[in-house]
Amino acid sequence: MQAKKFIPLLAFVVLAGLLFRGLSIDPSELPAARLGQPFPEFSQPELSTGREVSVEALAVRPALVNVWATWCYSCRVEHPYLIALAQQGVPIYGLNYKDDSAKAREWLTQLGDPYQLNIADVEGSVGLDLGVYGAPETYVLDADGVIAHRHVGVLSEEVFQRDFSPWFSLGASLSEIHGEVGVE
Amino acid sequence: MRAVIFVLLCCSPWGASSTWAVIETYEFSSPDLERRYHALSQELRCPKCQNQNIADSNAPIARDLRVVLYEQLQAGASDDEILAFMVARYGEFVRYRPGMDRNTVLLWAAPGLLLVLGAMGLFAHFRQRSSQVHAALTDSEKSEIERLLQEPRA
Repeated sequence: MQAKKFIPLLAFVVLAGLLFRGLSIDPSELPAARLGQPFPEFSQPELSTGREVSVEALAVRPALVNVWATWCYSCRVEHPYLIALAQQGVPIYGLNYKDDSAKAREWLTQLGDPYQLNIADVEGSVGLDLGVYGAPETYVLDADGVIAHRHVGVLSEEVFQRDFSPWFSLGASLSEIHGEVGVE
Repeated sequence: MRAVIFVLLCCSPWGASSTWAVIETYEFSSPDLERRYHALSQELRCPKCQNQNIADSNAPIARDLRVVLYEQLQAGASDDEILAFMVARYGEFVRYRPGMDRNTVLLWAAPGLLLVLGAMGLFAHFRQRSSQVHAALTDSEKSEIERLLQEPRA
């Protein structure tokens, strides 16, 4: 009979625990459906050269595939860090997603170009095959060309150290270079 | 007064139609395709604006998915093929009625579980109430009541 008195308290503790856990979960972040699968086939022009590129062009691996666009404000925030990563020798392929190619080329001229090459995905079809639902998004392509990880949102040093270290081991901290680029 | 209520109703979201579908024109080769387009675009969820289906959403990604849906319907794809195409890219999340798997089993089982839990709670409650015995008063309690009743009122 005594134990019964504690049922509401117990129920409260369980509910509070669940709700507290919920506070730290981001509901807008979706599980990536393409994880563990090879990068989807495509044939699109390269942004700067205009020549057709296919999935074979993503040859240097492991690499990052960064989804970006000039209409995406967060991409501008992220850009200096991508340059810092490229200077550290991390290969980055760009997916210029649903963008005006002329504006995108201008962006790279003005802000610097951290990309090995850029897939000009004007219609968003590569993005659709990849399951992209916004920009910026950053994927890890592992040594076998398989999509190993997806990050939604701005890529920062903190995120990179936490989630990307299994594929890329950077010796020193990037903050020095990052700071330099930030001054620009 | 009636006129005021009428105007208010017209302004309120409840007065209007409950579905705020996006206005786009697609030419369907058959009324059946059009019916399937509407059914599927209401079942598919917009990945960006998570509480809207792709029929209601103005997000660019929802527009893209509607175009894909239209093209696939016209190309003769079945409903299952179209849903499989979407799920392969955006996961079970993209369906308002996800398939049963490890992640969604709790979602599917929850209504049944809650119903059983509620029924058990109600059952326990009523059983406890009906088993409460109204004990007879003892002689001393009866005489105490008599005494209180006969006390002069203040």
